[in-house]
Amino acid sequence: MINLTSYLALSAVLFTISIAGIFLNRKNIIVLLMCIELMLLSVNFNFIAFSRYLGDINGQIFVFFILTVAAAEAAIGLAILVVLFRSKRTINVQDLNVLKG
Amino acid sequence: MLIQIYFWFLAAVLIAASIGVITSRNPVFSALYLVLAFVTSAVLWMLLEAGFLAIVLVLVYVGAVMVLFLFVVMMLDINTEEMRQGFTRFAPLGGIVTAVIVVELVTVFLVRNTGLPVLVSPTPHPEGYSNTKELGAVLYTEHVYAFELASFLLLLAIVAAIVLTMRKRPGLKVQDISSQVRVRREDRVRLVSMKAEKD
Repeated sequence: MINLTSYLALSAVLFTISIAGIFLNRKNIIVLLMCIELMLLSVNFNFIAFSRYLGDINGQIFVFFILTVAAAEAAIGLAILVVLFRSKRTINVQDLNVLKG
Repeated sequence: MLIQIYFWFLAAVLIAASIGVITSRNPVFSALYLVLAFVTSAVLWMLLEAGFLAIVLVLVYVGAVMVLFLFVVMMLDINTEEMRQGFTRFAPLGGIVTAVIVVELVTVFLVRNTGLPVLVSPTPHPEGYSNTKELGAVLYTEHVYAFELASFLLLLAIVAAIVLTMRKRPGLKVQDISSQVRVRREDRVRLVSMKAEKD
C-alpha cells in the first residue's frame, strides 16, 4: 500500500508549485486565482489523507466545507474580475491601483 | 504493487498538470491543465476511499468552477503578451521562497515520521461500505449547524455574484414590471368634455 508520507509529499509539491505560480504569473489575475484553487486542492489532499490514515471521517467533512467556500470564493472573485475589466479594460495587477495601496 | 505504480503515475500526471497551469502562455491552456489536475486528484481521492468527495470535486470544480473560469477567460479580451512581461524577473525570488518552503516541509516529514502509528496502512473498507452514507450520518447530525451556514454562504455568493455583474445600460428598451403594475386609472385616462356639435 501507499503510505501517508507519499500523499503528504505529493500535496507539499503541489502547494509549492502553486506558490511558484503566484510568483511567476503575478500580473495575470486569472492565473493567480487558478493558483489559489490549486493551493486549496493540495490542502484538501492533506485533510483526506489524514482522514483515511487516522480513520476519522471529520477530515472529509472539513474538505466538504472547504470545497463550498472555495466555490463561493471563485464565483465572487470572477464576478469582481468581470466588473473590474468592464470599468478599467485591463486585468493587469499593476494597473489596479485605484486604492493607491 | 500495482496500486503503487498507479499512484505514482497519477502523482506524476498531477504534478505535470500543475506545472502546466503555472507556465502556460495562454490562460485557456492553464484552465484546461487545471481541469486535468482536478480530475487526477479526484482519482487519487478515490484511492483514499473518499468516493463522495471525489465525485463532488469533479461535479463542482470541473463542472462548474472551471467552466466559469473558461467563460471569464474567453469573455475578457486579454493581451497575454503584456501579461508575460517580467515573467522571469521575479523567478529567482519565487525560486528562493519555494526552496525555503520545500526545505521546511521536508524537515517536517523527516523529523516527524519516525515511528508514528499513523504510517500503518489502513485496512480497506469491507464490501458494501458507503462513504457517502458515513459522511451524511455525521454531516446531518454533528455538523448540521455548519452545514446550514454553508448553504447560507452559497446563497450569499449567488446573490453577490449576480448583483456585482448585473448592470443597467441607459437607453435599453426593457419592461419595468413594477411601474406597469403600479399604474392607476388617473395616470392613463383623461376625460374630456366636448361641446355637442350643432348643425
